[in-house]
Amino acid sequence: MPELTTEVERLSLVIEIGGMPVRVNTTDPGFLAMLERRYSGFWGSSEKAELEFDVELVQPGFVQHGFIQPGFGDPDAGVRVTHRRGRWSLTRGDFRADWEPAARKGWIRQSANPYSIDVVLRIVHSLVLAGQGGFLLHSASALRNGKAFLFAGVSGAGKTTISRLAPPDVTLLTDEISYVRKHDDGYVAFGTPFTGELAKLGENVSAPVAALYLLAQGPENRIDPVAPGDAARSLLANVLFFAEDEELVQAEFHSAFEFVSRVPVSRLTFVPDARVWELIR
Amino acid sequence: MSRLFVARNPRVAARCLDGEMMIMSGRDSTLFTLNRTATILWQAADGTTPLDEIVESKICPEFDVEPAEALQDAETLARELASHEILQISEEPIPSRSAVAGESR
Repeated sequence: MPELTTEVERLSLVIEIGGMPVRVNTTDPGFLAMLERRYSGFWGSSEKAELEFDVELVQPGFVQHGFIQPGFGDPDAGVRVTHRRGRWSLTRGDFRADWEPAARKGWIRQSANPYSIDVVLRIVHSLVLAGQGGFLLHSASALRNGKAFLFAGVSGAGKTTISRLAPPDVTLLTDEISYVRKHDDGYVAFGTPFTGELAKLGENVSAPVAALYLLAQGPENRIDPVAPGDAARSLLANVLFFAEDEELVQAEFHSAFEFVSRVPVSRLTFVPDARVWELIR
Repeated sequence: MSRLFVARNPRVAARCLDGEMMIMSGRDSTLFTLNRTATILWQAADGTTPLDEIVESKICPEFDVEPAEALQDAETLARELASHEILQISEEPIPSRSAVAGESR
């Protein structure tokens, strides 16, 4: 008698960002290979994953009433992150994901592309960090002399430029999204695979945060102090936070103030050449 | 004329930094920075002290203004803050269970 079911092999990759290993399960070898390439340098050990996501691949489509319908998906459609009865729901035009923190288990429905899961990972990490006093920051970051430096600014402020100008003794953590975790009385920045225009993965290393610079381009290289209120406002403007959740919004707000009370925040005005790095040590 | 009571909305987060009060809405993450008058009003808004008493004891001494004029301005300000869900306003005392949970300095 023929078998009625076929066992499907489950394939896994552990993606470890910011010291948090997340196991991603799929049944599609091609998708797994895509993830392995995308997160090269950020593979972790499968024994110690803190979270696990099963990815169900569907034909490219769009999310409607919580389900992906056939057709063209719009990845620019707004992200919605909501929390109800212990379960987070993450939706955008090109994916739907659910995550139960207590069970450390989640599910993602998306087409076979590397961008949707990347957004899911960013959101999940931002939610985890928000509960721990950390955050993802719209900033470049780099490591020099055992210290991490963050360079925050809106698009066009110079995150990619300052990353590109970094001398050889500087290790780039990211040119786009910095990973900041609270640690004892200070903060630690981790490398991330979340890239910007430079399209280059950060190094998977970490270091204590020595300074946050608010970027501005100008006629000379200079560092100026920033008033505490302005520092907090600028930091909050650059924190990546997606959740419609009052408790976490409040936690993120207080985390930003904690950060500016412990880490020097300055304005870094620079001309686009490598001499700016003479100021950053 | 009825008295107005004001209370801090517990659904916002607030911090005072270098004398500057910043408040973030928990609902939509909008960030507000309060001016000096609004900061005094916010800090005194315990839900039980009537607005006219707050004006008389906290605002008038600070700004050297006539009580009637200051009260009118404070009412306008309180209603504006309430429209942003930063303050709660009522013609009755507001129970203390609504006391702010998010503020620290």
